[in-house]
Amino acid sequence: MSGTLVDENPTDEAPRPEGHVRTKRIVTEVPSAVDRRFNFITMAAGISVLVLLLLVGLFLLIQSSDALGETGIFTFLTRTEWRTDVQPARIGVLGLLTGTVLVALVAIVIAVPFSVFCALAITDYSTAKRRKWMVGVVDLLAAVPSLLFGLWGFLYLSDKIVPISLWLSQNLGFIPLFKTESDASLTGSIFIAGIVVALMVLPIITSVVREVFSQTPPGEKEAALALGGTRWGMIRTVVFPFGKGGIIGGSMLGLGRALGETIAVALLLPQVPQKIGESIHILQNGGATVSGFIANRAGADSFTTSGLLAAGLVLFIITLGTNMIASVVVSKSRSGAGVDI
Amino acid sequence: MTATETPAAQAAATRTPPAPRRRAPRRPREFTTFDVWILLGSLVSAISLNWLIFYRFTVGASFFGFIVGSYLTFLVIFAAVTADRVGRLVATDRVMTVVVVSAAAIVFIPLVLLVGYILVQGLKALRPNFFFNDQAGITPVMPSTSGGGYHAIVGTIEQVGLALIESLPLALAAAVFLNESRSKWRRPVRIFVDAMSGLPSIVAGLFIFAVFILPFAKSGNPLFGYNGFMASLALAITMLPTITRTVEVVLRLVPDGLREASLALGSSRARTVWSVVFPTAKTGMTTAVVLGIARAVGETAPLLFTAFGYDLMNANPFAGSQESLPLFVYRNIRKPDISAIERGFAGALVLLLIVLVLFAIARFFGRDRSKSKKRASRVSFSGLKSTFTPSRSTASPAKEASPS
Amino acid sequence: MTDTQTDVENENDIVDTPEQAASVAKAKSARVEIIGGPPAGASTLVARDACAWFGERLVLEGVDLTMPKGKVTALIGPSGCGKSTFLRLLNRMHELIPGAALDGEILLDGEDIYATGTRAQQIRMRIGMVFQKPNPFPAMSIQENVLAGLKLARLKCDDKDMLVEQSLIRAGLWKEVRDRLDSPGGALSGGQQQRLCIARSLAVHPNVLLMDEPCSALDPTSTRRVEETIDELRDVVTVVIVTHNMQQAQRVSDYCAFFLAEENKPGFVVEHGETDFIFSTPKDSRTLDYVQGRFG
Repeated sequence: MSGTLVDENPTDEAPRPEGHVRTKRIVTEVPSAVDRRFNFITMAAGISVLVLLLLVGLFLLIQSSDALGETGIFTFLTRTEWRTDVQPARIGVLGLLTGTVLVALVAIVIAVPFSVFCALAITDYSTAKRRKWMVGVVDLLAAVPSLLFGLWGFLYLSDKIVPISLWLSQNLGFIPLFKTESDASLTGSIFIAGIVVALMVLPIITSVVREVFSQTPPGEKEAALALGGTRWGMIRTVVFPFGKGGIIGGSMLGLGRALGETIAVALLLPQVPQKIGESIHILQNGGATVSGFIANRAGADSFTTSGLLAAGLVLFIITLGTNMIASVVVSKSRSGAGVDI
Repeated sequence: MTATETPAAQAAATRTPPAPRRRAPRRPREFTTFDVWILLGSLVSAISLNWLIFYRFTVGASFFGFIVGSYLTFLVIFAAVTADRVGRLVATDRVMTVVVVSAAAIVFIPLVLLVGYILVQGLKALRPNFFFNDQAGITPVMPSTSGGGYHAIVGTIEQVGLALIESLPLALAAAVFLNESRSKWRRPVRIFVDAMSGLPSIVAGLFIFAVFILPFAKSGNPLFGYNGFMASLALAITMLPTITRTVEVVLRLVPDGLREASLALGSSRARTVWSVVFPTAKTGMTTAVVLGIARAVGETAPLLFTAFGYDLMNANPFAGSQESLPLFVYRNIRKPDISAIERGFAGALVLLLIVLVLFAIARFFGRDRSKSKKRASRVSFSGLKSTFTPSRSTASPAKEASPS
Repeated sequence: MTDTQTDVENENDIVDTPEQAASVAKAKSARVEIIGGPPAGASTLVARDACAWFGERLVLEGVDLTMPKGKVTALIGPSGCGKSTFLRLLNRMHELIPGAALDGEILLDGEDIYATGTRAQQIRMRIGMVFQKPNPFPAMSIQENVLAGLKLARLKCDDKDMLVEQSLIRAGLWKEVRDRLDSPGGALSGGQQQRLCIARSLAVHPNVLLMDEPCSALDPTSTRRVEETIDELRDVVTVVIVTHNMQQAQRVSDYCAFFLAEENKPGFVVEHGETDFIFSTPKDSRTLDYVQGRFG
């Protein structure tokens, strides 16, 4: 149809050229010069971050291969002792891992119930004004450097907890975990370290759980109250089932944090690798965590450093695994569907 | 229905003038004064009962046990009395209210105790000369008020400053990449950033040590030895994933409608980001960065293997061991002499104050200045994690359990 | 049995065979005892000079209204006049909003529900509510949803299955879900969810059922079913329904109250009375204008 546009049939559609077949035209955005540069720069940044982090991971692996090669991966993972004074040096990460996991578990067991209740207090038991400053206090707790927690725990709280440890070992000592040898010192114990780490992990879990609880559909909460439920009944029927995924996710996040905690445990524990042949006593002095152990060996020789790196790598993998499980669990749950762990 | 309530009578009553009596708004109260007495009574009886048991009838009891015993007894008594008065359903509800509120209080108490403790202990040794002296010539017999942490403060500023310079541009660009572009590389980059945020910061420090310091130990090159620069590298590795994720969340909170409006006006994507997205997210990004700084200031672990610590002033971050505030505290606390410990506390107090000030600045920037619910500026501290996506506005909680 | 025969002829109806019709009729009239619950049967609700505030702002002024027992009372009027607020005054949901306050009396069978020491939870057991947006509990099965009210208020019942069946029949949902009582409550369509919510509210045997625009989010078929349900609830329970749909009000209610609010002024009741009067010969010209569709 070239030339003039003559409308011979004003009410009909414009006549199509002969033999015209409809084809799909895919329209894409062709970036302008500015945008091409922009895309390049941002992509370069993204890729560099990727490469950088990849390099870090790679170098970690390479640097730890020294010690791993000499010790053997399996031995490294299953041996509890760490002795560099003998030749050949006998190092292993199991003794450290046990302590790490125990401290983290104690911390989580204590922190999760308090966090959940604290989050509940913020979302369902407060006025708007009080909510604001409660959230602020929780954030502030998270802001305090763990060094200061460690300090306070080491020099102040530790002595206050000893009577509790005493009571536990006297009354619940039939449980092997709580048994203590006579004359054993009760300071510098995994229990105390766990309590201090619990305080550090509390704000994280509280924040996550609070966000989740605040997203509970208000319609369901209203329905529960309108049926004649009390506030606690409403929480049990609506808030908890909804927030299940978030609670688990938050706890695992806290677990990841607790596993990696360094300075506080460096101060609180004697950092002696835990033997697990005999039973483990968390109430008495003893124990080591991977990060705390590393922290006490600043400036070591190259073999030890390699071994420490290997231990750090193992810890990193564990933390990674925990975070990944957390994100899968949360994203599959109802409350976590929008969550970005 | 009575005569006055038949529809006809009601219809006749529709247009009476407003009631002559005064109307006063009231809120119904369920928790009557009598209930308050029950609460207090249960508390008092629980405390007295436990006091008798712990301090009169048995020996060797602890204060802590007394507190716990009282609390539990109080709950039991309160539950029993309320159940008797209004039934089990309401009793459970009231008891749980007490439990929830006390749990929240217990969370807040340690903070108060901690801050108070650091304050009290730190003030013992903190004097103005702390900000001007280093530890030159200090011996254990000298009082804790002598010497100072000036070198530590300078070290912290230099190390964190360098770390910021090293990580911030990259982190911002990466965040923009993750959120504003449509590349297929987004997924792998995001996975890696998430993964690295789980790296324990001690491992980051150890890594720098093993790669940049240890191999060059014999060469004597000061750049590749213990120095502030190495520490900043370790800090940067820790900060990078954190800032990237938090800024990405803030950018995500900027409504797409704004971007579309800008594109519809004919601007390029680059200009959209620069002129529309960034200004909208400005306060959120500032908050994220300030919080990142606050976090880095308190990091100790990565510094152990890199800056190593030093007693004298070393203003050159590129050569020689350097002190830093957290290192200063850590190293002094572990010394056996009291004056060193007190000096360490003084440093701890300074550190706490710096963190609190930064925190206040971050909250000041992130405060809600408008009535709208969705704010790209609301970033809260707890861990600087990227978080729940925008059905809520606060890009808050801590996911980033970057352990230190 | 002619009723059930016509039921069989209508499609989408609740029974397929005369035997089922018999069992349904039996379930409908069965007396299921709920232990610990309120006295059964419909109650009268009287509002005397009810006022409501949100913070400083007065939103509802001086409402005097009687909602007779066993009858359906509709609250009509343009949006924003305080109808829903008034409804929430009736089951003490208004006070859940921070800053909300009220004045006046609401009498349930003569007793003020706002008397000091009266527990809102008890009141809400006797005055149930169905909301605009259906909100079944998605984590629970259909059966558990219906029984949720009993669980929340700690009521006991000897014959739970019969209670579930009866409530679902009354809500018009029995035929559709009788085979899948264990499937999750969230997996139903919008109309079915709303009927589930109705069944849930009915299961605790309330004296009054409040309905806040229950059909506004539903398709026409579901709306019809819900209206049938309301029709059949007469005499069992007092119904107060807020609706924007005037034809619905005409179809369903015995009494009507017309709410109005002038610009920036609190809402009030212009007129109330029997539905037929209100819609044909109301006393107030504003009412006439509204029911004839001239505004609102």
